[in-house]
Amino acid sequence: MLVFALKRFVVGILVMLAVSTITFTLTNVAADPARTIAGEGASAADVEAIREAYGFDRPIIVRYGEWLGGALRADLGDSYRQRRPVVDVVMERLPVTMSLGGLAFAIAILAAIPLGIIAGLRPNSWIDRASLTFALIGQAMPTFWFALLGIVVFSVTLKWLPVSGSSSLSHFVLPAVVLAYYATPTLMRLTRAGMIEVMQSDYIRTAKAKGLRTGKIVLKHALRNAILPLVSVAAVQFGFMLGGSVVVETIFAMRGVGYLAWESITYSDLPVVQAIVLTIAAIYVVLTLAADIMNAWLDPRLRSN
Amino acid sequence: MSQATSEAPVSTFAAPRFPIRRMLRHRSFVIGAAGLGLIVILAAAAPLITWHDPYAQDLMNRRIPPIWYAWFWDHPSAGWHHPLGTDNLGRDYWARLVYGARISLLIGFSATLVSGLIGTFLGVAAGYFGGRVDLVISFIITTRLAMPVILVALATVALLNSTLLVITMVLGLLLWDRFAVVMRSATMQARSQEYVTAAKAIGCSTPRIILTEILPNVAAAFTVIATIEMATAVLYEAALSFLGLGVQPPLPSWGLMLAEAKEDIFFSPWMITLPGIALFVLLLSINLLGDGIRDLSAPGGRS
Repeated sequence: MLVFALKRFVVGILVMLAVSTITFTLTNVAADPARTIAGEGASAADVEAIREAYGFDRPIIVRYGEWLGGALRADLGDSYRQRRPVVDVVMERLPVTMSLGGLAFAIAILAAIPLGIIAGLRPNSWIDRASLTFALIGQAMPTFWFALLGIVVFSVTLKWLPVSGSSSLSHFVLPAVVLAYYATPTLMRLTRAGMIEVMQSDYIRTAKAKGLRTGKIVLKHALRNAILPLVSVAAVQFGFMLGGSVVVETIFAMRGVGYLAWESITYSDLPVVQAIVLTIAAIYVVLTLAADIMNAWLDPRLRSN
Repeated sequence: MSQATSEAPVSTFAAPRFPIRRMLRHRSFVIGAAGLGLIVILAAAAPLITWHDPYAQDLMNRRIPPIWYAWFWDHPSAGWHHPLGTDNLGRDYWARLVYGARISLLIGFSATLVSGLIGTFLGVAAGYFGGRVDLVISFIITTRLAMPVILVALATVALLNSTLLVITMVLGLLLWDRFAVVMRSATMQARSQEYVTAAKAIGCSTPRIILTEILPNVAAAFTVIATIEMATAVLYEAALSFLGLGVQPPLPSWGLMLAEAKEDIFFSPWMITLPGIALFVLLLSINLLGDGIRDLSAPGGRS
């Protein structure tokens, strides 16, 4: 178990290293950072001056090493736009995004698991068809369109919820629901499929034959096994939601990391963009690592490979 | 399940596995194919079904509502001249929607082609050779999964240039992970079949085995993933354009139309409704078609 966890940990570190290399290369080779800082109307001499002042004239490998060394000491440079440490800029935006992601994730789980269980217990019933349709609509509904429709209905017409901002709990309701609906279909379909498979297994038949009540069979015997694949997918989905928050936070003007990402990309504030990509990748790596270890703990068969 | 797979006449599945009658009986396949077919026809025949130029501005006739505003609310300016109304620059909305379908389909299809090639190459290599090759490719897949697609796509497109080619290539280079994962396991399954052992035994070369034995047998899985990824690519193009970093004005992308209509959300809500419905119908059709193909190509076949 410890060896398994250690191996996964090392892979996680290597993935982070690879992500940082790609991010750094992309932001330094695909674009000329000196030109980006100088702005559109700058003269060639200005660009050269900036290139020397910031040290962009040195080889990329040296700069990458420096940047990586800084990253290990939680120093990712200064924001071009705000002229203060990138880490501070990103960190102060993290709470909004984490609350939004956490709330959306809770809503998604609370909707997906009960629906998936009920649908999986009675395949082809009306409730199964209704939940599958609900999932199908969710998969085809672009987040940004759903968000706009939500604003039209709940903020403009009914005036129940605020249009934009992130200062109170009511500001989080609509964005969280929008983000949750994006993640619900996958989780629901997976619970349903797991449930259908488990309910046909021998040990459930045995439990039924022993005369156990359906509620007890489902909760004590079926759910535990049906939900196994959900753990790792849920981790992946949470990562997707952090990515999806770029769209949702921008629409609702919530002061989170997603909105910051969009602002920084529009203003070519590359150090901030690098830092956000790294942060989201790190969260994803930690989550999948946790999910792997949790799965191995739940299912000893997984530890061997 | 695995028994059924190994006993199915895999090498000749193309003809007997997709009988027309079974396809026509499959409801989501039919609805999906019809929806996608309709959108493809509308996009291809765009100049024939609208007499308006999608770029022609008419500042005297801005924000005309669709025809049903004349039917139900006696709106004075709504009429057949602009059946779906005009946008904030007086451009015909129906024309922009129909020409916008071209962009969605073009980017969706080309990006899927690129990602399909990359993903299949990596997945088949990992699944066929296994060992170290598999280890390296699995690591590449994990790394790709750790990078937030929408963020990296936004940043790259912003740094390079928001041309259709760049958007297509960026999406294609980012969305291959599902292809790789599925092709890898499909290839692993195909590799252990007797016909591959037989081909090896009679001395076929590795490229030949991959081309004539492996690829035809992972084709069904490829098609299913291709539909999912095409829907994803269409969605991401719309999202990028909506955020102002994808397709640039005055091109009529549905995502861009939604962004432009956002300002008029209070007084002309139909302006965000129509491109959204178009996008929704396209994504729903592709997904339904994918579900249908998945069911029809499954060994047992589902209802």
